[in-house]
Amino acid sequence: MDFGRFFVELYMARWALLQGLGVTLVISAIAIVLGTLLGIGVGLSLVYGGKVQRLLVRAALEYVRGTPVFVLILACYYLLSQVGIQLTAFQAGLVALTVFCSSHVGENLRGALLALPKGQTEAAKAIGLTFRQTFVYVLAPQALRQALPAWINTAAEMVKASTLLSVIGVLELMLATRQVISRNFLSLEFYLLAGIVYFLISFSIERFGRHVERRVALPS
Amino acid sequence: MGYQLNFAPIWRSFDLLLSGLALGLGMAVLAILIGCLIGLVAAFAMTSGSPLLRRIASTYVTVIRNMPLFFLIIFAYFVVPLTIGMRIDKVHAFVATLTIYAGAYLTEVFRGALLALPKGLREAGLAIGLTERQTRIWVIIPVMLRNALPALSNNFISLFKDTSLAAAIAVPDLTFYARQINVNSFRVVETWTVCSLMYVAACTLIAAGLRYAERRLAIPH
Amino acid sequence: MTNRVLEIESLHKQFGEVEVLKGVDLDMESGDVVSIIGSSGSGKTTLLRCVNLLEDFQQGSIRIDGQEIGYTPMPERRRRKEAEIARQRAMTGMVFQQFNLFPHMSALGNVTLGLTKVKKLPKAEAVAVAERWLEKVGMIERRNHYPGQLSGGQQQRVAIARAIAMNPKIMLFDEVTSALDPELVNEVLNVIKSLAAEGMTMLLVTHEMKFAYEVSRRVVFMNQGRIEEQGAPADVFRNPRSTRLAEFLKNAKF
Repeated sequence: MDFGRFFVELYMARWALLQGLGVTLVISAIAIVLGTLLGIGVGLSLVYGGKVQRLLVRAALEYVRGTPVFVLILACYYLLSQVGIQLTAFQAGLVALTVFCSSHVGENLRGALLALPKGQTEAAKAIGLTFRQTFVYVLAPQALRQALPAWINTAAEMVKASTLLSVIGVLELMLATRQVISRNFLSLEFYLLAGIVYFLISFSIERFGRHVERRVALPS
Repeated sequence: MGYQLNFAPIWRSFDLLLSGLALGLGMAVLAILIGCLIGLVAAFAMTSGSPLLRRIASTYVTVIRNMPLFFLIIFAYFVVPLTIGMRIDKVHAFVATLTIYAGAYLTEVFRGALLALPKGLREAGLAIGLTERQTRIWVIIPVMLRNALPALSNNFISLFKDTSLAAAIAVPDLTFYARQINVNSFRVVETWTVCSLMYVAACTLIAAGLRYAERRLAIPH
Repeated sequence: MTNRVLEIESLHKQFGEVEVLKGVDLDMESGDVVSIIGSSGSGKTTLLRCVNLLEDFQQGSIRIDGQEIGYTPMPERRRRKEAEIARQRAMTGMVFQQFNLFPHMSALGNVTLGLTKVKKLPKAEAVAVAERWLEKVGMIERRNHYPGQLSGGQQQRVAIARAIAMNPKIMLFDEVTSALDPELVNEVLNVIKSLAAEGMTMLLVTHEMKFAYEVSRRVVFMNQGRIEEQGAPADVFRNPRSTRLAEFLKNAKF
């Protein structure tokens, strides 16, 4: 490993790599936000929806969960243009990641809500709270605390899944790294760098998650 | 717009798709079997008395679990051969990477199962005169494996889905052939519907089979 | 103007195919303290849960302070809208066997939630009311503690404060000491006794025979979905008329 040469090439490639990193972070963040919103809808449908709604959502959910995220990405990329929706690779990838995220968030939220003791709803009813009030003041705060570790894990998975977008041409960190290497052939060095960056991102997310968990933990 | 559904190109190449599915399954099975061995060793290392062993195992787990699988695959296939100066077969590279990846996750599964064991179990084994090694083999591991079965099943299904990444380095799995058919026939809807349905069907069958196995192997209670 | 706080008339309830309440009649006046005793499966808890509409019932009526709850009067008999049922539930207060405190709120928070969201009191007033009741049950010192930091007896006392702060017309107690360690039972029973002494109308389902004897104005014995015998504690406990009650009391070692 030639450190001198590496740092020269790194300096020359800095914008390309930073841009790639930026795309990774941005697309992951947007997918996490949109996927969480959609996932909340999925989770609520599964717990509180009518029979037909629950069946349809469950079927769609099992379909998404049974499909590898790579296939989701490829399918979105090739399919959506066919259906007349012209999307860039970035947008198609975003759709795929959002759907993937929502499947995890939905299932986690359902688990968290169902894990709440029935007595909580009964106690809330007993003091006269309506269903909406019960959900907002009693159930949701507890379910969210319960679902937090799994959500942090999902967020980390999203960043890892973003690497697959390089295959459909989204210029995130993996693809940016590969392009830089095609110019200077320092394969080991730049991939190691990318690996360290991914490690740091994932590690930081976990760290942040544990910090938040401690902050919102109930005194006991 | 009039998109006519035409599944013919798919059915013509259905044998390819099936062979890809089988390859994916085979790779996943290999990865989980060897990964289990790695996981067991590392889990015992992490709960052992030796700080060095604990350090090595936990570093392995922390590093691998925080890396994207796709990154590891690219690294193994492109960088490692260049660095060591040897060519590596695609499938070997993929399975090796998947195995190391699986090992890290399985370490956590087994470590959790070990920690959940009643403390008296090991002592009961020693008390009837078994050595540490015998206790480990005949008492601890059997109970721990049964406790770990649900998590093991989940991991296996995940690994099976992860085999789709092999397509990115041109290993002829289901996703690779689906992509090929898609590109050659332009039958986008049909190709990806069949491809995803095959994965969903396979996962559902595997899950059902594993649940059955869990019930059969469960300690009666 | 009747003083009847609670009027249960011909109450029938089914769980699927099984009839759990087979025509129950029960009246209570203001200040009455009624204990329901009986073996499990007798329907006593189900009866209690019908009064605050946690269970529905297929036939019969329940009136609280003259108002028919849960369903509109015959012959229409429609289930009332959720908002109205929620309002009717606020007329009763229930204390559960498993306490069911909201773990993510302090003791004070648990008591003020209903006051602010259901009774729509301004925050300062809600806190004042809540603190008055927490003091009554002896938990004022720990009003900022969370349920996870309290013992079972302490949690149950907060649960009593939570229910009674809503100023219900009748308090319902569902085996409230059954889940407590023995040494914590008395602190809860003493709170209930003091509430009874102040004239609160109370309907209790309980296994604590001695307590039922001491605190009740009337004791009701239920068996297989029906009220088999009722009367003053002295009569019911010392001179049981039905054989099943006599047998039940023998097993309960009263």
